[in-house]
Amino acid sequence: MSTHEENAMTTMTTMTPEAAMAEALAEEMRRDATVITFGEGVATKGYALAQEFGAQRVRNTPLAEGIIAGTAAGAAATGLRPVIDLLFAPFLTFAMEEIVNSAGKLSYISGGQFSFPMVTIARTGSGWAVGAQHNQNNEAWFVHSPGLKVVMPSNAADFKGLLKSAIRDDNPVMFFADIGLLHTPGEVPSGDHVVPIGKASVVREGVDVTLVTYGKTVHSCVAAASTLEENGISAEVIDLRSLKPLDEATVLASVRKTGRAVLVHEAAAPCGVGAELAAIIAEKAFSSLRAPVVRLTGPDAPSPASFPLEAAFAPGADAIVEAVVKQVAN
Amino acid sequence: MTTFEVSVEPRVAQSLEAMLLIRAFEEQSAALNAAGKSPSMCTSVGQEASAVGVMNALDERDQILTNHRSAGHLLARGADPRRILAEILGKSTGYCGGKSGSLHISVKELGVVLTSTIVGGELSLAPGVALSRQMLGGEGIVVVFFGDGAATEGIFHESINLAAVWNLPVLYVCENNQWQAFVHRKETMLADHISTWGASYGVKSQTVDGNDVDAVTAAAKDAVAYVRGTRKPFLLETYTYRLRGHMEPDPASYVDPAELQSWKERDPIATYEQRLLDEHAITPAELDAMKSRVRARIEDAAQFAMESPYPSFEELTTNVYA
Repeated sequence: MSTHEENAMTTMTTMTPEAAMAEALAEEMRRDATVITFGEGVATKGYALAQEFGAQRVRNTPLAEGIIAGTAAGAAATGLRPVIDLLFAPFLTFAMEEIVNSAGKLSYISGGQFSFPMVTIARTGSGWAVGAQHNQNNEAWFVHSPGLKVVMPSNAADFKGLLKSAIRDDNPVMFFADIGLLHTPGEVPSGDHVVPIGKASVVREGVDVTLVTYGKTVHSCVAAASTLEENGISAEVIDLRSLKPLDEATVLASVRKTGRAVLVHEAAAPCGVGAELAAIIAEKAFSSLRAPVVRLTGPDAPSPASFPLEAAFAPGADAIVEAVVKQVAN
Repeated sequence: MTTFEVSVEPRVAQSLEAMLLIRAFEEQSAALNAAGKSPSMCTSVGQEASAVGVMNALDERDQILTNHRSAGHLLARGADPRRILAEILGKSTGYCGGKSGSLHISVKELGVVLTSTIVGGELSLAPGVALSRQMLGGEGIVVVFFGDGAATEGIFHESINLAAVWNLPVLYVCENNQWQAFVHRKETMLADHISTWGASYGVKSQTVDGNDVDAVTAAAKDAVAYVRGTRKPFLLETYTYRLRGHMEPDPASYVDPAELQSWKERDPIATYEQRLLDEHAITPAELDAMKSRVRARIEDAAQFAMESPYPSFEELTTNVYA
C-alpha cells in the first residue's frame, strides 16, 4: 500500500515489515552515531547489524525489561538515541515505571532540563498463537500517559518510515508492531523514506461511511470496503498510524464528509483509542453525524492461544461489513 | 587518581560548614512546613556526613543521580539553597521552575541529573547515564545515591548486574539509614549490610561509617579512583541513621527511643564539631562565625523563596514534550 506523500518517481522494493524495520534501524545508525540498540536477543538476532556497527552499539541484555527501559531513558537524557526491543507488549508491564514515570515525565518535572529521544519496540496482536502473556494490545495505556508518543503501523512502508521518524524524534516513542503483519511483504519506497508521526493516511476514499482503524484491522477494513462497494456503499478508510499524537483533523474532515464513523481495532473497547475517537467526534463533529458512532473491537478478555479463537479475536471484514450495512440502514 | 588539591584544614572546615548548611536548610524546610507555608518534604537530617563525604571525592566531570531525600546531595554539590527552597515551595525561581517540588529536583548545570522519587527509579536510570559516558568519552563517572529501601527493590539488582556486565563507571552509594519509609530495615531484610550483596554480582564493595565525614571522604575517594580508573562499578555503603521521620510532619512515634538516642549521640555534625575543637582544627570563634554565615544564608534563602512568584498558568502544559 503506498502512502499519498510518495513521489511517483520513487522506486519500490518489496519486503516484509520485519525487514523494513531492520533497514530503518540500519539506515539511522549509519546516519547518526549516537543511535544504539539493545534488548533481549538484539545482537543475536540482528547479526548483520552487530557485524556492521559493532558490540558497543548493538547489545544483548539480560531479560530484564525494567533495566533495559531505564538504561535507555538514562542514556537518552545524556546524549544517546537508544532503540530498545522489549519483544512482546505484555512485557511492558515490567518497564512501566521507567517508561511512564521517567521517560514520560522527567522532561516536565525537570522544567525541560532533559529530553528522552528513545524508541521502545514491542510486538502484539493475534497471529502467532502465543497467548495472553505475549499478546495484549495495550497501546492505549501509553496514549493515556503524558510525554509519550505512540505509533502502530499497518504496512511495510509505514513500518520503515515511522521507525525512522521515531528514532529522529526527541521524545520517547512507543513503536507497536502487529505480529500478524510482520511477515506480510509490501512495497517500500527506496531511499530515505520517512513517515511523519501524527499524520494519518487515507488509504481508500469514500463518501458514505468512515472506517477509522490502525494495525492489522486496516486490512480488514480495506477488504470490507471492497465488499461494501459491491453493495453500493462507499467507505473511506483511515489508517491512523500514530495514536499519539492523534490526527484529529483527518478523522474529523472525513466524518464531516460521510456523516458516519465506524471505529475498528483489535484492542479491547474500554477507554481504548476507539473510545477517544468517539468522544472527539461527538465533541467536534456531532452535527455532521447521520447515525450513531459504532465501535468494533476485540473482546475485553485475555487473548487466547488456540488458533481459531485467536483468529476470532480481532474484528474481521465480515463483521465490519455487517456493522456498516446496519449503520447505513439506520 | 583525582583529588581536590586543598590542604586538610580548609577541607575539614568546608566539610563542617557544608554539613551545618544542610542541617540548617532541612530544619528551615521543616519549620516552613510546620507553619503551613510549605508542602511536605523528606529531610536528610542525620545523613549529612554521607552527602558531604561523597561529594568531597567528586569533581565537575562527574554526574550524580539522587532521590527524594536529595537536599543534602544538592547542597553538598554546590546548589544554591535559595533555588532549592524555591523549588520546594513550587516557585518559578526553583531549579525546575516549580514543576518538581521537593521530590525530584535536578540541576543539570551541576551534573545532578534525572532525580527520581519512585524508590529505585534512580537506580534504573544510572546505567544509561554511565553508558553515555562510556560511549561518548571522557573521564567522568556516575554516582547514584539510594537507600536500603531501594536496595530491596528488584531494580537495584537489575541495575548493578547490568553495570557489572557492561563495565559501566557507576559508583553505587547506598545510604543505609535503617528506615524504609515507615518500616525498619530489620523487618525487610536479614542482612545488616547492603555491601555484602555486591560480591554476588562481581562488584567490589565497602561499608563505611556514614556518620564520620572524614571516613566517608576517604572511602569515597578510594571508590571514585577505582571507578574512574577501571571503568567498573563499585558499591559503597554509608551506614547511617535517619534522625527525623519519613516525611514532614511525622512524629515518628514508631521509632524505638533507645535506638534513636544511641544514634543521636553519634550525630555526624555534633561529633565532628567536637572533634575539630578537640584537635584545635577550628576555634570556638571560627565555629560561631561559621554558624552565623550558615544562618544568614538560610534566612536569605527562605526570604527569596517566600518572595518568589509562582509559575504562570501557561507553564501548566509546557515541557511535556521536548
